[in-house]
Amino acid sequence: MGFQFQFQPVLARTDVLLDGLWLTLQLSGIGILFGALLGILLAMLRGLAGRPVRLLVDSYVEVVRNTPFLVQLLIIFFGVPTLGIRLSAEQAALSAIVLNLGAYATEIVRAGIESVHKSQIEAGLSLAMTRWQVFRHVVLAPALARVWPALSSQFVLMMLSTSVCSFISVQELSAQAANIESDTFRSFEVYILVTLIYLALAILLRLLLAGLGAVLFPTGSGLGRLRGQTGR
Amino acid sequence: MIRQFTESEFLFILASARWTLLLTVMAMLLGGLLGFLVALARTSHLAPLRVLAAGWIGLIQGVPVLMLLFLSYYGLSLAGFDLPPLIAATVSMALYASGYLGEIWRGSIQAVPWQQWEASSALAFSRPQQYRYIILPQAVRIAIPPTVGFLVQLVKNTSIVSIIGVVELARAGNLVNNATFQPFKVFGTVAAIYFIICWPISLLARRLEGRLHARRAG
Repeated sequence: MGFQFQFQPVLARTDVLLDGLWLTLQLSGIGILFGALLGILLAMLRGLAGRPVRLLVDSYVEVVRNTPFLVQLLIIFFGVPTLGIRLSAEQAALSAIVLNLGAYATEIVRAGIESVHKSQIEAGLSLAMTRWQVFRHVVLAPALARVWPALSSQFVLMMLSTSVCSFISVQELSAQAANIESDTFRSFEVYILVTLIYLALAILLRLLLAGLGAVLFPTGSGLGRLRGQTGR
Repeated sequence: MIRQFTESEFLFILASARWTLLLTVMAMLLGGLLGFLVALARTSHLAPLRVLAAGWIGLIQGVPVLMLLFLSYYGLSLAGFDLPPLIAATVSMALYASGYLGEIWRGSIQAVPWQQWEASSALAFSRPQQYRYIILPQAVRIAIPPTVGFLVQLVKNTSIVSIIGVVELARAGNLVNNATFQPFKVFGTVAAIYFIICWPISLLARRLEGRLHARRAG
């Protein structure tokens, strides 16, 4: 058996890979931003609103967390158009990413919010802070500081999961890899290269999120001390 | 001809769940074995083993499961094995599980107080004896809740192997949807079956975690 690695035919299509990489970055970036916002919003809503809302939010979180991302993607991509709403593959993918990450983020931020002790809120209120100020500075900021590492891992997992969007013909990185594979038949070389690209992306994203955490919750400040601290 | 989503389509989807379950069990067994070795290497007193295991964990956790699947699929065939897709699927799921279980179990081993190592070495236990009688029995208790939690991730990620033609739940759903064009009914059913498998495991993981905290606090 004389298998020879041939990377040249694959490297000759770098432009195709770059196109895919760009779409992966867009899907991940926009997905993470809106997924995180959705999570924070729902975690807030869950804490403030009454029982029915809480039940609704919890059901959403449980359903999303206990079904595969791929199936969620397929339901949106094939299902929503039957309701008469036109949806491109990219839009379906982005919706699925935001809804999926939103559920995980809700659960993570909720845990952070619940770790804030009641006496902290009472202390804030007794200092004549408004309810919003108390929520913003006493509850939300420390909660986010605490769960930042958990959120970061979830963001990285989501970035990696965008590869699943190739199932519905979204031309992101892994779909472009499949295109190159069917053109060149150098399957193993393509996937090794693309795997390395994903690995680099994951490492860069982790560094970026760690940096962002250090900026948002600076060491030396009260929030910095909470960073990643999960105990109560 | 467009078919209706009838009982036989439903039964076809339901029956395909056995492949999802089989894949999960096989990946858990093989991945567990490999993951255990990774965890031991990661907590070894030999630096090269630690670095190697850390590299493995970083690699597996830094690449999409889909890429592990393609690399196993094409890699095995390049290596001269002409194997059914199910084998490549099992291999990729096992590799994926080994990276995550290795990291979970490393944490569990390191969560055992270091005085336990000291005390047992003062009693002239050899290193294998320390693992066998002192460290692992305590680490296992710590490891059970997160391991059960990971099982849910594993069940869900087996859906990805549908792309190489293994007719498990997700692929069965796709096939039925292509014939019936009733995506909400079809994928709703698929999602419901996944949920019925995963939700009890999630609840169990949460309960075990609560119980572990209670016992340690008490």
